[in-house]
Amino acid sequence: MNLHSILSILVFSPLLGMIVLAFMPKMAEKAIKLVGFLATLPALLLALAAYLHFQWGKDLADFAVSKNWIQFRGMNVQEPIYSVYYELGLSGFQLLLVVLTAIVATLSAIAAARFVKKEWKGYFMLFLLLEIGMLGVFTAENLILFFIFFEVTLIPTFFLIGKWGYFEKEKAAYSFLIYNGLGSAVLLIVIMILFAKTGTTNIDLLTKIMADPSAPLSSDLKLGLLIALLIAFGVKLPIFPLHSWMLKVHVQAPPSVVMIHSGILLKIGAYGLIRFGMGIFPEQFETLSVLIAVLGVINLLYGAFLAFIQTDFKMVLAYSSISHMGIVLIGLAALNEAGVQGAIFQVISHGLISALLFFLVGVLYERTDTSLIENLGGMAKGMPIAAGFLLAGGMASLGLPGMSGFVSEFMAFLGLFQELPWIAAVGTIGIIMTAAYLLRAVLGITYGKAHREFTGVLDLKGVEFVPVVVLMVLIVLIGVYPSVLSSPLQTTLETIMLGLGG
Amino acid sequence: MDLETLKSFNWSVMTPEFIILGVTALLTLLDLFLPKKQDRRILGWIGIIGIFAAIIALTSMLGTEATSILDDTFTLDAFGKAFKIILLVGAALVMFLAISYEAKDGLEEYRGEFYYLFLTALLGAMMMTSSGDLITLFIGLELLSISSYILAGIRKHNLKSNESAMKYVINGGISTAITLFGMSYVYGLSGTTNLFEIANTLSAISNGQQAYLLGLAFLMIFVGLSFKLAAAPFHMWAPDVYQGAPTPVTAFLSVISKTAGFVIVIRILIAVFYNAAPSASGEGILFKMHDYLAVIAAVTMIVGNVVALKQTNIKRMFAYSSIAHAGYILVALTTLSSNMVYSIWFYLLAYMLMNLGAFAVIQVISAQSGGERIADFAGLYRRSPVLAVLMGILLVSLAGFPGTAGFIGKLNIFVGAFYGTPHYVLASIMIATTVVSYFYYFGVMTQMFLRPATDERKLNIPFGIVVVLLVAVVGSVLFGIMPNIALDFLNNLK
Repeated sequence: MNLHSILSILVFSPLLGMIVLAFMPKMAEKAIKLVGFLATLPALLLALAAYLHFQWGKDLADFAVSKNWIQFRGMNVQEPIYSVYYELGLSGFQLLLVVLTAIVATLSAIAAARFVKKEWKGYFMLFLLLEIGMLGVFTAENLILFFIFFEVTLIPTFFLIGKWGYFEKEKAAYSFLIYNGLGSAVLLIVIMILFAKTGTTNIDLLTKIMADPSAPLSSDLKLGLLIALLIAFGVKLPIFPLHSWMLKVHVQAPPSVVMIHSGILLKIGAYGLIRFGMGIFPEQFETLSVLIAVLGVINLLYGAFLAFIQTDFKMVLAYSSISHMGIVLIGLAALNEAGVQGAIFQVISHGLISALLFFLVGVLYERTDTSLIENLGGMAKGMPIAAGFLLAGGMASLGLPGMSGFVSEFMAFLGLFQELPWIAAVGTIGIIMTAAYLLRAVLGITYGKAHREFTGVLDLKGVEFVPVVVLMVLIVLIGVYPSVLSSPLQTTLETIMLGLGG
Repeated sequence: MDLETLKSFNWSVMTPEFIILGVTALLTLLDLFLPKKQDRRILGWIGIIGIFAAIIALTSMLGTEATSILDDTFTLDAFGKAFKIILLVGAALVMFLAISYEAKDGLEEYRGEFYYLFLTALLGAMMMTSSGDLITLFIGLELLSISSYILAGIRKHNLKSNESAMKYVINGGISTAITLFGMSYVYGLSGTTNLFEIANTLSAISNGQQAYLLGLAFLMIFVGLSFKLAAAPFHMWAPDVYQGAPTPVTAFLSVISKTAGFVIVIRILIAVFYNAAPSASGEGILFKMHDYLAVIAAVTMIVGNVVALKQTNIKRMFAYSSIAHAGYILVALTTLSSNMVYSIWFYLLAYMLMNLGAFAVIQVISAQSGGERIADFAGLYRRSPVLAVLMGILLVSLAGFPGTAGFIGKLNIFVGAFYGTPHYVLASIMIATTVVSYFYYFGVMTQMFLRPATDERKLNIPFGIVVVLLVAVVGSVLFGIMPNIALDFLNNLK
């Protein structure tokens, strides 16, 4: 098969599932769930194949595709003013995110098959559309295509939250839509300014143009654009104080959607900051590094302190996400190889860990109808296996050595201690707090006297083992053998370091 | 003018106009002679056939060189052809809506007029796209306006419809007078009504007094035309008129009238004011007036989008939405970039498709429920999933999400806004108000998809509506994914 078309097939393969679903009867519950699950598999297999392709020493550029797509020109002017290409590609960083997306999407489909109780057809069609959007975001090679896929994720997520969520679902859905809409509005302004000034939106080309001192943009404008990018992706990541929407989504959305949201969608923010912020405006990023480090530490501490006092386990995890995204910022602010690598590791690692924890929340909620910590004590007695995995997930999240969370936190802080030791020292308080709030929450749920909620409930069963085991294996694998991530990242890191002048 | 000169004109360039005129005359006569009991719907079908014939005639002339007849008062150039396509397709779709329209309060008596007034209005709009003279431009405008006034009030026994027509005729009359007054200044300064000659004479003006007078003329013409575009602060009539008029008429006003309004604005701005009274740096008076345009565009977007949030009547909401869209197009006009005409044309094309599609759904829903509340859309997904999904696509396009024509339209405007002299503030306002518009477009979506149905009856979807919806949705998605089709079409015009 032609390697160039593989990425397009990978990105758009869920479409096939959508078409099949469209012609299925509404009430064929089992068949709809099966199709919804199967439709995520082609993307997963292709993503894994691409990963193996890379590990066998072949070039990821084999996958790049570029076709002329949209043109902008005047009425009587024959030559195009500007062209936008349909161009997809993979670098090591993108490859990892695509693999992560494909894995989490498949596991989320399994979760949805377990937890979604109504209107499966609509759910899976929207879910597959969302998957297209996410895969597209990570493979797009120009900003306009990136933006298009970015927006494509908004609409299905809005409905997935608004229709299948909990009590305040519509409020959460609107809050998601407006915050992210504003974020993407800012992003669009940045993209269009770059486009109008340089005539291209190709990311690699822009990186080159910006590195050239004769670039048609003043350094003030560049700084302004970077700040705008920081706001745009800061909404997504989220960076304090732009985070309030994300708490609502984490609490109100159905668990299978939160797996995707926390595992992948938040990562788009980190991806954008690294690839566009750091990649296109390296000099300006250095200017802002102290600010970013401070924002990172604020995120880390704010999330951690508030997580400590939450009574709802979902809220603990939501604040924990904010806190962990602080580590991404801390790693990036270090501007050295260890730091950036730590940040990227954290992106992947948190994607896996939060998917695992939210899956377990879904399992718990399905059986007990509650996620309040005080109502959930004594889980180890009622559901020993699930409790074991919850404990392990919690340990991974707080950064226990041997698991993925440790590697990323360690590297991020190693990086920042080299550059801004004082800020890093303040940040370490956050690590201690992380251990404190996670242990409080996880131990509060697993140990203690068994509550009546756990009488007569079943432990993990059947397909529920698949997501839990797969995620756990990956978390441990990254923890003990980090080069599964670091080897694809090598070239990406080198390019970024080159841009940063180091 | 003797017979020989008349014969020497290449009359064939007016074929589309002649077809529409002929069909209108035919319909008038038929309406007169058909037995009273005969269903007048047949007239609508004849009208549609006529419009299609005009489309075919126009397509056959797409490749011909630009031609002017009647002392340059009628010009068939690329600009005219491009906009005529939008007008004709839009009018055909409106006719399909009209055929499917059922009024509760006795439209039957005036059914014949209902159809051929659309055609006379269309004829006026088509004349405007082709005119190279202030007189024909104005006559086209009046033909369009007067037909629209009657159409708005065609439900004679309906209070709202009467109010709508009354408001429309008064506001429209005042605005026409202001425009005409402004035009008289232009005539006074140049001594001719021919647009090309005006442009030549005015570009020689260097006297400060005359330039001042010209600025005044510009403002008056533009203020008058702003009424037609429903641009703030001259938009007050739109919500009332849109609400009171029968749904096909509302659709017509929001699409055809608006397109025609932009046509005349572009014609006059480009031809008359672009190079007029140039400054030392050689920039015409239009560039001095630039800030006024920018302010009007900004206010229009803000007022349209913000007030739309509070609406509970779907037609009023769409009135404000159409004000907002006029604001977006004014941004393209303000930037005066090299792709201005293309951006406006593409946006109007996209807007025509998505807005007419949305009005088709509104017509179905309000025919069933008898009301026009947004809440009547509740549970549409349950009652008719296909209709709800199609409406969803159209709303997403109106909101400007990627994958739809609405997005590409906005993208074009943005490129223009940052190209050359960047308009950061204006573009930021446009994008911020776009986000505001998510609220009300998604409000309708919330009703359709997330709320339980209050009315469980199956919907009856007439054939005409199906046609409009298909064209609208296919077009919105097609131009959203492959916008180059539209661009190539425009580039191949001569």
